[in-house]
Amino acid sequence: MSSNVTTTGNEPVYNTRVVKQFALMTVVWGIVGMLVGVIIAAELVWPDLNMQLPWFHFGRLRPLHTNAVIFAFGGCALFASVYHVVQRTCHTPLFCNWLAGFTFWGWQAVIVSAAITLPLGMTSAKEYAELEWPIDIAITLVWVSFAVVFFGTIIKRTTSHIYVANWFFGAFILAVAVLHLVNSAAIPVSATKSYSAYGGAIDAMIQWWYGHNAVGFFLTAGFLGMMYYFVPKQAGRPVYSYRLSIVHFWALIAVYIWAGPHHLMYSALPDWTQSLGMVMSLILLAPSWGGMINGMMTLSGAWHKLRDDPTLRFLVVSLSFYGMSTFEGPMMAIKTVNALSHNTDWTIGHVHSGALGWVAMVTIGALYHLIPVLYKRTQMYSIQLINLHFWLSTIGTVLYIASMWVNGIAQGLMWRAFNTDGTLTYSFAESIEASYPGYYVRLFGGVIFLSGMLIMAYNVWRTVRGDEQKQAATADVQAA
Amino acid sequence: MDQGTLQGIGTILTMIAFLGVCWWAFSSHKKKDFEEAAQLPFTDEQESSQNEDK
Repeated sequence: MSSNVTTTGNEPVYNTRVVKQFALMTVVWGIVGMLVGVIIAAELVWPDLNMQLPWFHFGRLRPLHTNAVIFAFGGCALFASVYHVVQRTCHTPLFCNWLAGFTFWGWQAVIVSAAITLPLGMTSAKEYAELEWPIDIAITLVWVSFAVVFFGTIIKRTTSHIYVANWFFGAFILAVAVLHLVNSAAIPVSATKSYSAYGGAIDAMIQWWYGHNAVGFFLTAGFLGMMYYFVPKQAGRPVYSYRLSIVHFWALIAVYIWAGPHHLMYSALPDWTQSLGMVMSLILLAPSWGGMINGMMTLSGAWHKLRDDPTLRFLVVSLSFYGMSTFEGPMMAIKTVNALSHNTDWTIGHVHSGALGWVAMVTIGALYHLIPVLYKRTQMYSIQLINLHFWLSTIGTVLYIASMWVNGIAQGLMWRAFNTDGTLTYSFAESIEASYPGYYVRLFGGVIFLSGMLIMAYNVWRTVRGDEQKQAATADVQAA
Repeated sequence: MDQGTLQGIGTILTMIAFLGVCWWAFSSHKKKDFEEAAQLPFTDEQESSQNEDK
């Protein structure tokens, strides 16, 4: 934190150190999290792969995968972009540099403790909130510090406006704080075991109010903030409609918070709550698509830039996947569709259409913009490698989600097939057998996506080192 | 008041809130402010000595 506290003249000297730290760890945790994902995809193809080791079992590694990709990869990406964007758009260095440094080391400590405790089977068994209570307290400390740094920077801004990206970041930080505190309330019985403070259907409702808004505020609002900064920045033009972005913001945060019950269709949850969740999920299509259109239309009149700028292509294709999964989500929340899709691989496919297609690709695009800025390079080491990464990511995602669609619909149809005498047509094991081709394709898609991340790591490493490559064909790319 | 009335009032209030946000965002006296705000990602390039990839 030595290089960044002072200001020279009127020009703020931004804290790039903490942004660099989080940006590089995004790449590292992305590889780790996706590697665990590939391992558990392989375990579903070859169950014996767990070698009878409890800590290597699918049930223990699966929460490790979700926590690593959401909170380690996605979390570091959010910290990096929040700290970068808030300084740049408020024209002021970060508030309280040591506290920003604490959030980095604190967050890494949380991630490492998750990586140790989850394989050991220490879990509160709440999806995306599996970590036990001592880690939950550590998360709270880091998160409050994050909020202090962010809102402190907003307060000491030298601009009159608060840029729309910061509105999304602010909502993301506040909502995640509330969600985490409420859902993680638990009664500890030992240092490594606690029980939820809620019971029965209420516990389930609170869990999915949390779970869906982890998607809504962590994986959507936060990443929309990234979108509203990095898409205009990379396209070199302001956002298509600033007014639409305001309507987008208020509509999105007002509606998202109600959609959680769609995870509990046909459960013990009161029927009206299920219907409310379904209706709110359907309404959610409107603000989601408003945001997507706003991002896409930022390129209107500059579509040619997509031809030779793979970074911009990452950002725009991520918006396409965002549009696709925010159409699919409301559709799956319709009770009759949910009756087919629930508990099948379709859900997994939907999640990855959002996670790989939207969250990971917008992050990758943002990083390819951010790394050269942070290290004061004119561009990434290799534009061709970005292009290669783009195609690997796209093909990997498409293989993943297409295989899970096929699997999910096949499973849903097989499970609900009855004979004339009322007995089930298929046994559960038969639906597993029918899913095998999809499991192979999913693994293949995951390996392709992961290989793209390894190429990214190489490209980032060469850029950070300051290596340069002849870029005759694409020299004009970053000049745009 | 039964549940149906309550839901009706909720729907109307939400609609008013949404129309209010739209009216505020699209009112003409905010136009200049929003145009300025939309430029914020770019204004640091002129002020800052740390030049970016432009």
